[in-house]
Amino acid sequence: MVEATNADWKDQLYNSIKALNITQVVYVPDAGHAKLIDRCLADTEIDCFPLVNEFESVGICVGAWAGGRRSCALMQSSGVGNLVNALGLVHSVGAPFFAIATMRGEWGEFNGWQTPMGQSIPKILDAANIVVNRAETSADVIPVTEASGRLAFNSYLPVFSLISQRATGAKVF
Amino acid sequence: MANETQNRLERRSAVHRLLQDRDPNLLIVAGLGSAIWDAETAGETPLNLYLLGAMGCAVSTALGLATAQPEKRVIALVGDAELGMGLYALATVGWRKPENLTIVCLDNGRFGETGGQVSHSGVNLDLAGVATAAGIPTIRRVSDDAGVDELRAIIMDGPGPAFGLVEITADMPPVAMPIRNGTIALARFREALLGHDALKE
Repeated sequence: MVEATNADWKDQLYNSIKALNITQVVYVPDAGHAKLIDRCLADTEIDCFPLVNEFESVGICVGAWAGGRRSCALMQSSGVGNLVNALGLVHSVGAPFFAIATMRGEWGEFNGWQTPMGQSIPKILDAANIVVNRAETSADVIPVTEASGRLAFNSYLPVFSLISQRATGAKVF
Repeated sequence: MANETQNRLERRSAVHRLLQDRDPNLLIVAGLGSAIWDAETAGETPLNLYLLGAMGCAVSTALGLATAQPEKRVIALVGDAELGMGLYALATVGWRKPENLTIVCLDNGRFGETGGQVSHSGVNLDLAGVATAAGIPTIRRVSDDAGVDELRAIIMDGPGPAFGLVEITADMPPVAMPIRNGTIALARFREALLGHDALKE
């Protein structure tokens, strides 16, 4: 690990999900989300299942909101580009969309194949009028993610909490 | 597959037959484009949620709705190209298996709204085969009125999740435009389904 000074957030994110009254969690897995995914899968009050492609997350979360339920989508930065087209749905119907994306391709990245999306995701989301809150360090993750969720659901906005690679720890092979 | 022209249903009358005597517990998510006009002409109701864009998202939206509302019955009403653009949603339906969800695919083997170009299902893509392979347990191929009636019964009573491939002709009945403002449409839908206080959440 290049840097992950305090990874307690990986356990605490589950409490944030519960505090936000989220009862559905869909994911394309990432190692940074592994603990959260395991805890959500073990929680019978959370409907948690994987997606083939991040694109699906937008429709599922909007459909769940239409049915009175709060959802969250978990993904890695490398897949964020897959859902950009679908994000038009959120803008067009005024629904919240809350995603937590772990970043690759930035802080000491080993695998150069991760850098094209990792470096461009903030700009792509900005161009798509998505609110982006970034957790730069481990200490930021919980407050930034909880604030992002509240913003999404209270203000009916698409909001990404981006967890930087500095906080997740750069993978070293 | 949609490359033969015989033994096919006319889309609008098929959808109207499917939705006749509609149960108030039935919710519909329809994807662009003609599927929306078909549903709208079957009877305007706030419990139809239309996606006039975001092509490929309709099945996923219906999945999210079905899992949030397990006591209701939910249809994803989609054309073959709408389904094709979000094809992997079938795999996720097969994983999650919501008992109350039926995907009704109106398959004319055409990109109907864009000039009638031949689509993948018009050549060799077997969408019912994909749904089967994805693990959706109830599959029906529908090409006559009796098949429509059976599909209606499955929609309301299961066993689900189900997939109905309705083989239709390439006819394009007149457009019936619904409320186009998606924010208004979603608010109406939520108010009708969840009650007025849901709009204050």
